[in-house]
Amino acid sequence: MTGLSVRYDVVIVGGGPAGMSAAIGALEAGADRLLIVDREIEVGGILNQCIHNGFGLHHFGEELTGPEYASRLLEELVGHEIDIATDSYVLDVDALRTVTIASPSTGITRVQAGAVVLAMGARERTRGAIRIPGTRPAGVMTAGLAQKFVNQLGYLPGRRAVILGSGDIGLIMARRLALEDIEVPGVFELMPHANGLTRNIVQCLHDFDIPLHLSTTVVGIEGRDRVEAVTVAPVDDQLQPDLSRTERIECDTLLVSIGLIPENELSAKLGLRLDPTTGGPIVSSTMETSRDGVFAAGNVVHIHDLVDFVSEEALLAGRCAGEFATGSARPADNIHLVPGANVASIVPHTISSDREHTVYLRVRRSMERSWLRLGDVYEKRLRYVVPAEMVSLKVRPRFLEHFHGDSLRIDIEPRDEQGDE
Amino acid sequence: MGTAKVTCARCAVGGERYVGTVKDVAIVGGGVVGCAIARELSRYRLDVCLFEREVEVGFGTSKANSGIIHAGHHTTPGTLKADLVWRGNRLWRDLSDDLGFGFLQNGDLTVAFNEEELQTIEEIEEIGVQRGVTGLELWGPDRIHRKEPNVSRDALGALLGPTAAVVNPYEACFALIDDAVDNGLDLRVGAGVDDIEVEGDHLVVFAEGDRTPVRAVINAAGLFADRVSRMVGLDDLVIGARRGEEYLLDRRLAGIVEHTIFPCPTPTSKGVLVIPTFDGTIMVGPTADPVDDKEDLSTTTEGGDQVFERARRLVPGISERDCIAEFAGLRAIAPDDDFVIGPTSVPGFFNVAGIQSPGLTAAPAIAELVVGLLTTSGLDLDPKPELVTPAPRPVRVSELTVPELEMLAFRDCRYAHVVCRCELVTEGEIADAIDRGARSLDGLKFRTRAGMGRCQGGFCTSRCMQLLADAQDVPLSDVTKRGPGSWIVREREEVV
Repeated sequence: MTGLSVRYDVVIVGGGPAGMSAAIGALEAGADRLLIVDREIEVGGILNQCIHNGFGLHHFGEELTGPEYASRLLEELVGHEIDIATDSYVLDVDALRTVTIASPSTGITRVQAGAVVLAMGARERTRGAIRIPGTRPAGVMTAGLAQKFVNQLGYLPGRRAVILGSGDIGLIMARRLALEDIEVPGVFELMPHANGLTRNIVQCLHDFDIPLHLSTTVVGIEGRDRVEAVTVAPVDDQLQPDLSRTERIECDTLLVSIGLIPENELSAKLGLRLDPTTGGPIVSSTMETSRDGVFAAGNVVHIHDLVDFVSEEALLAGRCAGEFATGSARPADNIHLVPGANVASIVPHTISSDREHTVYLRVRRSMERSWLRLGDVYEKRLRYVVPAEMVSLKVRPRFLEHFHGDSLRIDIEPRDEQGDE
Repeated sequence: MGTAKVTCARCAVGGERYVGTVKDVAIVGGGVVGCAIARELSRYRLDVCLFEREVEVGFGTSKANSGIIHAGHHTTPGTLKADLVWRGNRLWRDLSDDLGFGFLQNGDLTVAFNEEELQTIEEIEEIGVQRGVTGLELWGPDRIHRKEPNVSRDALGALLGPTAAVVNPYEACFALIDDAVDNGLDLRVGAGVDDIEVEGDHLVVFAEGDRTPVRAVINAAGLFADRVSRMVGLDDLVIGARRGEEYLLDRRLAGIVEHTIFPCPTPTSKGVLVIPTFDGTIMVGPTADPVDDKEDLSTTTEGGDQVFERARRLVPGISERDCIAEFAGLRAIAPDDDFVIGPTSVPGFFNVAGIQSPGLTAAPAIAELVVGLLTTSGLDLDPKPELVTPAPRPVRVSELTVPELEMLAFRDCRYAHVVCRCELVTEGEIADAIDRGARSLDGLKFRTRAGMGRCQGGFCTSRCMQLLADAQDVPLSDVTKRGPGSWIVREREEVV
């Protein structure tokens, strides 16, 4: 691209699945002067390094690889006159929605946005966040970085790799390394349950005979220059390791896959209100943050398990941002959603009683059979809720016909078999 | 002694290096002490070389230092440490002006929580005053809470040392060594000294297959100073290791305290501190545990728990949850806990050993002392008529205003290319660091902060590796974290 315009209807920060879906949404809403800014040399975000399949079943109705999913989204944008600034970085978004962009091809540029969509995604938690004792050799890296090395740069992270954390990226990488003939002596998970999707446990570990050790963690790293071994130990109910039962595992690599953190540097600079549980901005049912005209979608708001849901959420954010920019904003929300029993987080944080909303919840602990209750206006049966899988709830206007309060609590409570069948 | 022109890649002026068949001085060890000595000696017409076993200077104990330039009132009276610390404090200020590295005089605050501690801080004040430390002040609780609202409400009093400061110890090492090299120092990194022999009236240093005859050897080998001293047959120097663990916290906590917060010291330790680093982050530590293995840089669960518990006593808002990185360093400890600096029974062999806290602070004063020792020993120290102007401090994009960055990016577009997003480091800064001698990922990190932020290199590691690989014209698999053995990735073995 040659240069940036001075004004855009919508400026989208991040060209991953959330950013591209938001652009599609904004186009649908009639906004046509769009700019996507992405720090990589091509859009697609982390999808570009996710060469495995399993994406798109919900959104596209077929199973795609990450790059395929990204190119499907890009195809929907082709033919529209939108600007895509790659290899570019948003330094700042101010309260007047002036966006400052740094790029080696255009230098430092300021553009004015009618609306902004934040779609920066997430970063991985690192070794430091959980203070693994031991030395600091080369060979300790996040699973996502290892994935980038293997899938995008064509290099291997080591010869024998222990994986800490059973998040989806860790599981996917266990299989990926096995396919590259890198030994994976085991995946170790602190919690008593796996943190990734069940299908990934089956397809990435079971199918490759890679053992998963629950309630076990890494308590030591050895090696001066390069990892030489790690020590693992079982943990008790309080997640405290039992150091009398350690096992030393020789390896040259430790991949950590211990969770994602929404990337909210810009949001914090902008002074957005953040939800301490999700780590992302507090958003309304239009995905608007606490600042007018600044919307957010995808992992920057809360960590999703499926990219399909990121797209759904971002299409909505993009549509609403487009409407805001073209002057046809929707009426404000009137009901706060409050996390109740066994509900860790809810997105969006508010809804309105006049429209249908998709609400995403994350539970604190697994339950085999449960009731999901929305105040006293609606309830439904759930089976097998686990923290690793998001629960979605359609809230329809008819649920709220006779509700006149301003907040609704959502509870997920155990359901005993005889009482309700 | 002949002279040879050494052209400096950066300034193209060329420092004069004085080359003879027998070099004048070999410094063994490129920690902050060795770097400070090298920089001081580079001001004289001398042929000096420095041997460092790591791939870059400052990669041993120095890089794990807390970075505090002490005011001097904490140091036990009657020691060599105490004689050098205040002078060192003054000299760092001047060095930072001359060489342009970061130096922030934030002051320190020693906090007392009971009557006994109140008495101790008064005694410390007296020691400081006798030593010439300026500006010491005793604060009551109101003053503490007004100036440092996040310090514990249980504090009954505190001693302010306004002349205490913070630097980045590695940045200081790089600034000292870069200037020394510009002025003719023969720097040999990745060159561990294998042996030193006495040969007639001079010494011969053997390192990595090279044989270097020298008139004088300065043993600044830190933890391994005893090993180096045994090479010339001196068995009386014994250096032990005391490990200190440090925990670096998320930038979110920047500003939680302004001063470096000390607990009331005990006879054996300064205790766990809350340190606002020069870069604006908060660091807590260090521990002090004697260890047998001088390579044991491991952090421990107990150490971390101890640090956070003690740091919270000073500043209750500090939490493990904000930890982004941890590391350990080993202090080099001589048996009587003091510095060991001086000539030995082997002519021309000088020890600069046991340089533990406040070694960073004392380093420039130690360098002055060494110049004095060399003069006394008969080395002819003739100041150079002209010195190369120190290179400007590297640009830090994160410290620029947007208009400043705009100007810079207009001249060089690489400064508009963000490589590390957490610490806002651009390709321009990475390229500059490589020009200045960075040859490993840690070398880049310590020079530019790329990879030091909250994502700990998750995003920029591959980009930094690519830039290093391009500059050295090698594949990514040859890029190391900190020298041989610390490879990061390997090549795929193609199956045909």
